[in-house]
Formats: sequence, structure tokens, C-alpha cells
Amino acid sequence: MADRDDTAAAGDLGPVTTLATPIRLDFEFTPGVAQSRFLRGLERGRFIGQRCPKCGMVYVPSRGSCPTDGVPTTEDVELANVGTVTTYCVVNVPFAGQSIEIPYICAQVLLDGANISFMGLIQEIPADQIRMGMRVEAVWVDPDRLTPSLASVRYFRPNGEPDADYESFKEYL
Amino acid sequence: MAERCAVIGVGQTHHKAKRDDVSIAGLVREAAKMALADADLTWTDIDAVVIGKAPDMFEGNMMPELYLAPALGAVGKPMFRVHTAGSVGGSTALVAAHLISSGIHKRVLTVAYEKQSDSDAMWALSVPQPFAAPLLAGAGGYFAPHIRAYMRRSGAPEYIGRMVAVKDRRNAMRNPYAHLHIADIDMKMVEESMMLWDPLRYLEACPSSDGAAAMVLSSEDALSGQYPPAWIHGMAMRSEPTMFAGRDQVNPRAGRDCSADVYAQAGITDPRRQIDVAEVYVPFSWYEPMWLENLGFCDLGDGWKLTESGATAFDGDIPWNTSGGVLSSNPIGASGMLRFLEVAMQVRGQAGEHQIGGARVALGQAYGGGSQFFSMWVVGSDKP
Repeated sequence: MADRDDTAAAGDLGPVTTLATPIRLDFEFTPGVAQSRFLRGLERGRFIGQRCPKCGMVYVPSRGSCPTDGVPTTEDVELANVGTVTTYCVVNVPFAGQSIEIPYICAQVLLDGANISFMGLIQEIPADQIRMGMRVEAVWVDPDRLTPSLASVRYFRPNGEPDADYESFKEYL
Repeated sequence: MAERCAVIGVGQTHHKAKRDDVSIAGLVREAAKMALADADLTWTDIDAVVIGKAPDMFEGNMMPELYLAPALGAVGKPMFRVHTAGSVGGSTALVAAHLISSGIHKRVLTVAYEKQSDSDAMWALSVPQPFAAPLLAGAGGYFAPHIRAYMRRSGAPEYIGRMVAVKDRRNAMRNPYAHLHIADIDMKMVEESMMLWDPLRYLEACPSSDGAAAMVLSSEDALSGQYPPAWIHGMAMRSEPTMFAGRDQVNPRAGRDCSADVYAQAGITDPRRQIDVAEVYVPFSWYEPMWLENLGFCDLGDGWKLTESGATAFDGDIPWNTSGGVLSSNPIGASGMLRFLEVAMQVRGQAGEHQIGGARVALGQAYGGGSQFFSMWVVGSDKP
């Protein structure tokens, strides 16, 4: 290659088509007053929601105001440890950063006494046996490991009650 | 009274899994140059540029509009970035159209793109949040439970989703720009594809694509171009919170309100009869019957019956996604604009093999986020 200059050699190699450029950043998050109520509840092994003074709907977790009425939610409501699976999917796709072994059940859980569902992991049941309307209960970490975060809830599991009637939760889909 | 606005040029890339022959700048420029050529214009004829894409976290490329300005001839001109999640391609086109209808500019270039091969959208859409268990698995994981709710509510048989998956991929065979060209697709192939987010299978989900879309919009006194203009008869956007008690995730109110607004502007009282062709954002097969109901093409619960009857097929009375739709090409940021662009092509008579003969009125729709952003336009061959 003594007869080639560096410029020609670089050109012969063609374009560089891919270059990996990793980015990492740990973010801080300020929960605020209402969400602190929810987090402090988790720290004690309880689900704390808030009721809208206007429409009466109970939000969990509460963002501090009712999205429908636009008024502050100030009344705390302690919710049951049990709820209903309104709908779900079984995740069978791997991806970067996944923390749960597939397949897993990702369900919308409507806690008794709440008017909005949230996403919960269902375990202690084969993935193909989950049903809409299934009654489930929260399984918490050991008391000495409770923290003000959702990591305090390990998962939900069937609690053995008969399935909820579709009519009772169809408005929450 | 707002100024009339029309689409006078369209351009799009060949959508592919990986366009490693071009950078992002090269990708958007390719679509933009094609739109300018279609409009018989050059860069200097453009007054302003409006660009959109999905979240920056996808490609890890913060504020890409900064470095894309020179590639899009925007130096010395106003340039805007729009961001409304998956609906962004549609809302980007609408922001551009507003610059014309408000009388501020005569000719605006609007561009949208995604380079999914540079990105990791699954990861970006599944980042753990402080107030949710780390369960979310991409867009499919978000939408699959709502699809299940639709199936339960409507009583639709499970093969309906597979019918849409086959129909849109067969339509894509007519579109040279489509990413997926699966010549032998059939119900069996879809049924045998891998279950990703039960009840959604691999072939009932959109692909990951690299691609860009561009349009030149013009005021009435600045028309030019290779084809007749596509006149905008109505345009609307709506949003709603991701979470509120009583929220209908299957049939979101923002979608119903948005279509009511755009139909009122366009004088549409019976969408099924008055709209000749529609391009609707269907990234997962079941969103066709769901949006048929949300957009008022039928009564609640009857969307799947329309799909089953063949009404939305290429030879049906309301062809939906004759381009192959999002199920066949999904450069996310551009996917909404492609819906808007494809219906402009239809009423301009330039859609080639996937042209619906005599199309005069067409609906483009895009949605995004957790079904919380909607953008729509109705275009027509007649001046409004």
C-alpha cells in the first residue's frame, strides 16, 4: 500500500454505517404533596387514594387534582388490598432493560373502592389462566423492606374469590 | 375567514427496516426534495419549515431540528418543531397548514421522520416510571389490554384482527414505498406468527421502519405543481388526559370530538357515504374496527362487522389504508403524516396502483400517546 495516500485508503473502506453511542442518565423526581400521600401509604403497606370533592371519584394514585373537575383532591381514602382485573395482556416480547421474566401478565387492576385502575403484575397463576374479572390481592414485600415506592408491592395474585361480573367493571375499560 | 390551503407537493422515502445509506439529514432531505419536485418548486420558494418526529429519546438525538435546519433549506427562515407522540406527523402537517390558513405564509414545507434502526423505541417506551410498576412493554403492551376490552365489549370474533393484518399487507403490494411486501400473506401465516402481547401476534403489529414524509402546502394564490391541488376542507386536533375516572380507552372522547369538528368543517354528516377513501392510523390490526366506530363510520359495536364485510377492503365502499397503512410501514414520526399525505395523493389522482378511482373526498387520521392525541384532516379535489 506504499503507493496509496491516507485519503484514498479511507475512501476505499466505504461509509461508516453504524456507530453505537450509549447514553445514561439517572433522573431526580419530586413527587409533590398528593403523590407523597400515596408513597407514604406504600411505605406502610397500604394503598392511599384521594376522592374528588365534586364528582366523588376516587383516584389512586392521586395527582392532587381531579382531571375531570379540575379541583384539588384533599380527602384521603384508604383502599382495599384486593381488586379486580379489568383487562390484561400477556407480554411475551423481550426488550432492553426488561426487569421481569417473560411471559408475564400485565393487568389493569381496579382496587375495591377506587374509580380508576392501574397496571399491576399478576403472578402465582399460569399466564394462560388469567381472566378478565379475576379477583386478586396485593402481595407486599416483608415489613422491614417497605419503602415509599411501588417496589413495596411485589405483585398481585388470585385471592380465590369468584370472578367479578363483567357488568361491575365494564365502565372501567 | 381563513385563507384556503392546499397540498401541492408530496414526497416520501422508500420505507425500510434499515436505511444505512443515509443519515437522518439525508433521509428527511430525500423526502423534501421529492415534494419540492412534485410542486415544481425549489428551496428558495419556501417561506417556512415545520418538522415533526416522535420522542427524541428514540434515537437519543435531542432537538434534531437544530441540526436539520440546513438540510431542509430552513436557514434564514422560520422553523418549527411539533411533538404530539404518534400523532405528530398529522399535527405537524396541521401546524404547517395553519401558517397558510392564517395568512402568514404562502408556501410551507412540512416534514416528518423516524430512523428506527438508529433507535430503540421499545426501550424508550418502556422506561420505568416512578409511579408505575415496570411492566410496560412498548406500545403493543400498552394497547393490547384495550384491544382485549374491545373484543369483549363488541363480541368480535378473534379472526377480525387477522383479516385487517392480511388486507393492509395485500394493499402494501400496490405501494412501492411500503416497507413490508409480504406476497404470500394469508390468515394462516398471521395466526402462526409469534404471540408478542397476547392477544396480539407479530403479524398483527406494525414494523419498525426508517422513513420520512414531506409535503408542500400552499395558499390559493401560490398554487403550482405536477398534479391538481388537494384542498383542505377541514382540520382538527384534540387531546385528553391519559388517566381519568370513566375514561373510555377503547373509544376515546378526544377522537370522537376531533372527528365531529373536522366533519362539521367539511360538511360531512354521513362519513361512510361521503368519504371516498381514508388513511387511518392502525398500528395494531384491531384498531381498524375500533376507529371505524370512533370515527362514526358505523354504530358502536359494529366496526368489526364492517371489516368482516369487506367494506374497508381495496374494492369495498370505504377503502381504508389502500397504501398498506401503518401495519406495512412505520417510521413512527412520519406515520401520521403519511396518512395525511396518502389521502392528498388520492384526491390528486397520483396514488398509482393503490389509487381509488374517482376519489374526491378523503380522511386522514393519526393518533398518539395512550390514545390521547388525535389529529385529522379532510381533503378534497374541489375547492372548499
